[in-house]
Amino acid sequence: MKSELLDEKGRPVVVVTGIGVVTPLGRGKDENWKALTSGTSGITQITRFSTEGLSTKIAGTVDFIDIAPLSGQGLALALAIESATEAIAQAEIGTKGSFPGPLFLATPPAELEWEQRKALYTCDHGISETGYAHMLAAARTGQFSEMYSLFQYGSVSDHLADRFGTSGQPISLSTACASGASAIQLGIEAIRRGETGAALCVGTDGSVHVEALVRFSLLSALSTQNEFPEKASKPFSKNRDGFVMSEGSAAFVFESYESARTRGAKILGVVRGCGERADNFHRTRSKPDGSANIGAIRNTLDDASVTINDIDYINAHGTSTPENDKMEYLSLKAVFGDRLIRIPISSNKSMIGHTLTAAGAIEAAFSFLTIQTGVIPPTINCDVPDPDIELDVVPNHKREASVSTILSDSFGFGGQNVCLILSAEPA
Amino acid sequence: MDLNDNDVWVTGIGLVSSLGEGCEEHWQKLTAGTRIEPVLEKSAFTPYPVHPLFEIDFSKQIPRRADQRQMGKWQRLGTYTAGMALSDAGIAGNAALLENTNMIVAAGGGERDIEVDTALLDTIGGPQDGESLRNEMLMNDLRPTHFLSELSNLLAGNISIVHGVIGSSRTFMGEEMSGFSVVEIAARRIQNNQGELFLIGGAYNAERQDMLLQLDLGQILWADEFEPLWARQTKGGGMVTGSVSAFLVLESKKHASARGAQPYARLSGILSGRCNRTEGGAMRAAEQQFETLGHGLPRGPLALLSGACGAEPATSQELTFLEGLQDKGYEVALRGFGSVLGHSVEAHFPAGLALAALAASKGKFYDPFDRSGLERPSSDGAEHIIVTTWGPFHGEGMALVEEVA
Repeated sequence: MKSELLDEKGRPVVVVTGIGVVTPLGRGKDENWKALTSGTSGITQITRFSTEGLSTKIAGTVDFIDIAPLSGQGLALALAIESATEAIAQAEIGTKGSFPGPLFLATPPAELEWEQRKALYTCDHGISETGYAHMLAAARTGQFSEMYSLFQYGSVSDHLADRFGTSGQPISLSTACASGASAIQLGIEAIRRGETGAALCVGTDGSVHVEALVRFSLLSALSTQNEFPEKASKPFSKNRDGFVMSEGSAAFVFESYESARTRGAKILGVVRGCGERADNFHRTRSKPDGSANIGAIRNTLDDASVTINDIDYINAHGTSTPENDKMEYLSLKAVFGDRLIRIPISSNKSMIGHTLTAAGAIEAAFSFLTIQTGVIPPTINCDVPDPDIELDVVPNHKREASVSTILSDSFGFGGQNVCLILSAEPA
Repeated sequence: MDLNDNDVWVTGIGLVSSLGEGCEEHWQKLTAGTRIEPVLEKSAFTPYPVHPLFEIDFSKQIPRRADQRQMGKWQRLGTYTAGMALSDAGIAGNAALLENTNMIVAAGGGERDIEVDTALLDTIGGPQDGESLRNEMLMNDLRPTHFLSELSNLLAGNISIVHGVIGSSRTFMGEEMSGFSVVEIAARRIQNNQGELFLIGGAYNAERQDMLLQLDLGQILWADEFEPLWARQTKGGGMVTGSVSAFLVLESKKHASARGAQPYARLSGILSGRCNRTEGGAMRAAEQQFETLGHGLPRGPLALLSGACGAEPATSQELTFLEGLQDKGYEVALRGFGSVLGHSVEAHFPAGLALAALAASKGKFYDPFDRSGLERPSSDGAEHIIVTTWGPFHGEGMALVEEVA
């Protein structure tokens, strides 16, 4: 079945022709790649709100985009606009405000924050009520319709669909920390079905607000090493103590190989395959035998029609939590066996932190840059290796290597595991 | 391969609403020959009437108390109903099938800890009002596991944990249209060999002030004495929300036949769109959808389950589209299921699809759901049923459900 335009399974080959990225390290691919390959951390003390009394006071925040009033939803939208604009410009596809394909968006669950609740609660509408009844009366005045248009679960995708003119009903999704990879997977599936020649896939997250931080703190998921923020995220190290919240966005223009070639687009890489497996063990922990993570990796290899011998770099989920990094190692070991130690594996989260909903997309973007530039970004803060995790984590300094096929892992709270295999052209 | 191998069959239904639990109870109440009285909670959320959930013994589908405690009520409701659908389809407890079941859940979430919120709101404008007090209260008063009970993707997570669905787990967000997209994507995947067995659905708990607030920021709720759907337009329109959960097992004909599963109905077509709603855009979009889906449907009686939400101008626009069908020679037997179940946001389209599949399996359509006169009685059977769902501002969806001969 394989031909130039079809893969081993007879499906259209899917290529990427545009990539955009924004993280605490900066705007766009160039700024990010320079910082990432030089081992720069984007993690800082939080200044956006008071951290008095909180156990974690650090995060990766994007503070160079002005949003007033600031909200997670508003920032998620602004970040997505940044990355999608860059991706569409690079792909040189469609016309302004008219993208020739659907939108698949990984976005955080929408929620009002304290800023919004305060505005509603202090609204003087002449009805004497307390608590939610007072806020509901405020809503009925009709003064808060802008808040409505930003704080629905479909709001970010609605605004993006209007702005970029994507076709049809956009899809917003959440598979926790695997969301970015799921958005890519949905786009790949749509192109493989032949429904569309192109898809815009975006992952975005702007969730560093006080309550989100408190919630992860209460689950004991976050690093509390506040003194040296840039040192706090240390995936695969023995002294790792939790992840560091962060935000950002990545966007992709994916196309069928046929459509990209027909219009003479520059091809940046190929999505060879994607795969998933759900875990049913626990809400925040994986099965002790790793079978769900292992299943996701194996399904992905199978979907891509590649073997473990084809993989020459792994872009890890590597969150820096004691649980994830151990389980990720055990799962990879089960799949790759003795070959694992010979495959470089690094975690972008050591520098940018955990961009949550956007992580799978941002890390796929960086994986494509590795393929294009032949540079593997390091895992920084690797000072105390964990003897139980035998991996070549590309410690502290970038490495030059010819990389043509990459496995990118994403494992989420709630048991949602998605992996991608990305490679160089030709497929 | 048989050309129809990839037909999309509905082989399992789990449905819970203010009317009761399960297909049979809904069928009996909605075809009793006497007009159904909607179940309403009129005082607890005044001025908003809502359709409340009846008392459910969750332990029938969620045996472990520890699991129940970890979930928000919408998650319990969804997990419960997903279990009903899996049992109904003969999948529950069958590890080999569950391992290949792909799950796509439509979810909102965000069930807040109202007590903590209220206490925090109380401090606004007070002597200690400020970020440090807020930080202290959040750190001390939020239950650590509360986060998981309000997180959108954890409904799917809980279904995996309680029922063992592990093929895959995806969660779509985005109000009404997310409930439509979960079905549309599952159907397209079945038709294109991207999976044979799917569990899809959504759950909505209407009996919450935080949920009402989310919606009424856009002034789209009905804040008055209850009126059925088609009677609200003259007073500006509005949604009356209802607690509903609907999950369905969708399966390729080939897969279902091989394991001897009986279909309720076939999902013969499903189309979504997102048009510019100004100047009749939605009506034209719906007309085009109907031309594609209804191509080949005989003129004459047409059963139609409308998911109209009651908000304006969307509901009036949908009625105009339906009048156009009459003009084309279709005698539409209209049933606005929001009048009896309430509008259930993410769960709304799955609930409409469940009602359609159920009617197709019975070979008979429902009694009118209101007294507006728009919903004429029908004794014409239910071989072909159109189901619609539109978002109040964006998104138009239409599906065709047919009897499996």
